[in-house]
Amino acid sequence: MIGWKKLAGRNYGPAYSFPMGFWFSLFFLLPLLIIVAYSFMKKGVHGGVEWQFTLDAYAQMLNSSYAKLFVRTLWVTLVATVLTILISLPCGYAMARSKHQTLLLFLVIIPFWTNSLIRINAWIAILGNEGFINSTLLKLGILKAGLPLLYNQGAVIMVLVYMYLPYAILPIFTAMDKFDFSLLEAARDLGATKSQSMTRVLLPNVRSGIVTAIIFTFIPIFGAYTVPLLVGGKDSYMLGNVIVDQVTKARNWPLASAFSMVITVVSTIGVLWMMGTSAREAARNKAAPVKQDTAA
Amino acid sequence: MSKSFGSFHALDDANIKINKGEFFSLLGPSGCGKTTLLRIIAGFEMPDDGIVTFDGKNIIGIDPNLRQSNTVFQNYALFPHLSVFENVAFPLRIRKVDNATIKRKVMEYLHLVQLDAHVGKKPNQLSGGQKQRVAIARALINEPSVLLLDEPLSALDAKLRQNLLVELDAIHDQIGITFIYVTHDQSEALSVSDHIAVMNQGKVLQIGTPFEIYESPATEFVAKFIGETNLFDSRVIECAPSTNDEFMVTLDVPELGKQIKVTDYDQTQSGQQVSFTVRPEKVRITLEEPQSTNKEINVFKGVVEEPIYSGFQSKFYVKLDNGTELKVFKQHQNYLEDGPDIAWKDTVYVSWSANDGYIVEVINQ
Repeated sequence: MIGWKKLAGRNYGPAYSFPMGFWFSLFFLLPLLIIVAYSFMKKGVHGGVEWQFTLDAYAQMLNSSYAKLFVRTLWVTLVATVLTILISLPCGYAMARSKHQTLLLFLVIIPFWTNSLIRINAWIAILGNEGFINSTLLKLGILKAGLPLLYNQGAVIMVLVYMYLPYAILPIFTAMDKFDFSLLEAARDLGATKSQSMTRVLLPNVRSGIVTAIIFTFIPIFGAYTVPLLVGGKDSYMLGNVIVDQVTKARNWPLASAFSMVITVVSTIGVLWMMGTSAREAARNKAAPVKQDTAA
Repeated sequence: MSKSFGSFHALDDANIKINKGEFFSLLGPSGCGKTTLLRIIAGFEMPDDGIVTFDGKNIIGIDPNLRQSNTVFQNYALFPHLSVFENVAFPLRIRKVDNATIKRKVMEYLHLVQLDAHVGKKPNQLSGGQKQRVAIARALINEPSVLLLDEPLSALDAKLRQNLLVELDAIHDQIGITFIYVTHDQSEALSVSDHIAVMNQGKVLQIGTPFEIYESPATEFVAKFIGETNLFDSRVIECAPSTNDEFMVTLDVPELGKQIKVTDYDQTQSGQQVSFTVRPEKVRITLEEPQSTNKEINVFKGVVEEPIYSGFQSKFYVKLDNGTELKVFKQHQNYLEDGPDIAWKDTVYVSWSANDGYIVEVINQ
């Protein structure tokens, strides 16, 4: 008979995590594999695919207009991500130092209570030709004609930043909340100016929060679809919109899959690069003084 | 200077002068304003009124990074993302000192605090004592004129505290800059300071050498806060001039049930209410009545209520015949020749000479 003690000492972790593993493979890995497979197949006449291996979809992507689209998507994503992080940093700092943390956290989370489509439409109501801003400025006589605030790249970036701010604020706040603010006093005491104490002491210590925030904003924005569709103009199309068009209008499923692959690969490379720099930074911090050690 | 937080007066008309190069302690219970005073000197707080002058120049309004003082914080405040080396190098990197100089100076200061072997470690790999050494090296490397120490040893265990204190004193002797040391631990303050300011409730009660503060406390609070003592309210019966500009004062102490004699340098008027103190170690405890012709000795009879043996000395709580309890410390200087053991419930005689008592302050006329 096997001793009970032996059984009791076993690690049941894998067994406990089985439901999650199952869920992931069924609803995440499997669809992903289907997309990978579809991207290498022949386009069906009425949508769908024919089970025949071909690189047609990827060949179709090598096209200057798609290249422009890719560059534009990357550009919009980078600008929106940088803006989001730049706004989130002072926000997270203020929240971490505030006495009313719970209230402020609550305020950040409130937008999640409303469907994102409704919130985008609210922005249309604010930015539109007869929207809140234009009509107010016209009534006050500040403007003679309405400003073109909607249906352009600027509107897309602005609404994207708005949509993903909470995803950036929360991890940055969490990191700042763990930060010991007396370190800023120590830095000032040791000769650092206010901005030096921020860049040399605060930012390195909340690095992990910033990396998480970048990942949480860059990936969804890179695949954004509704925002450019609703508040963007003709030249605001992003990769996400092309994918939808290929599925619903052009009925070119392999090409849609190939574009999805581009998004997945770029996002994955982005995440790995971010995590890599963190790891390299950590390694550098450890390695440098060791050198000094041996030299001394 | 004064400083209030809301309705709380952290500092109430505090006035202190610190000499260049001395080891000065701000001593008081928590909440007495000593840390606030230190933070004002460092530049982290602004006083509501009053000034801080340094070499005759007012430094209020100058940013902390531009002041000639550096601080050793209670919680060390080491930068967790930087190694020991980089923590100590931080002030030099801010000043854009060249790498060769940084390396030489950092190693020099790490050697000063005996941390040569730990340059590459991160703060979380260090013990509390090591962290505090890093903090000290980091605060000294800019060669400040004043080093501010905010309860630097309070997070360490007792043995380590003693060792680091001696080291701090040695460092002070070696580099010769002014140390301003905030502590609530009177033994720390007594053992290393040139001068001590005793504070309570935002007020500076007394500034003096450790000897003055211990032997001639200015107020009842100082007498009670520094060391242990026996403190009694009493009334002056007679104040007669004696030798060496001294006065022989006869006091009526209701709690002791009879009159006692005490010498004092200040003249008091008969009828004045004063507080009288005698330190426990200055009281002798014997099983037989002391045979003395000296009229200036005060003798009381009592019973040992509570003997506490602590190795180098014994503490006795002696209940006098009238019920008042007196603290007496007896040093164990010799193994066998200390006289007979005094035990619980023994009838004993406690005595002290007029020279060993002290009139702390006149309470009212």
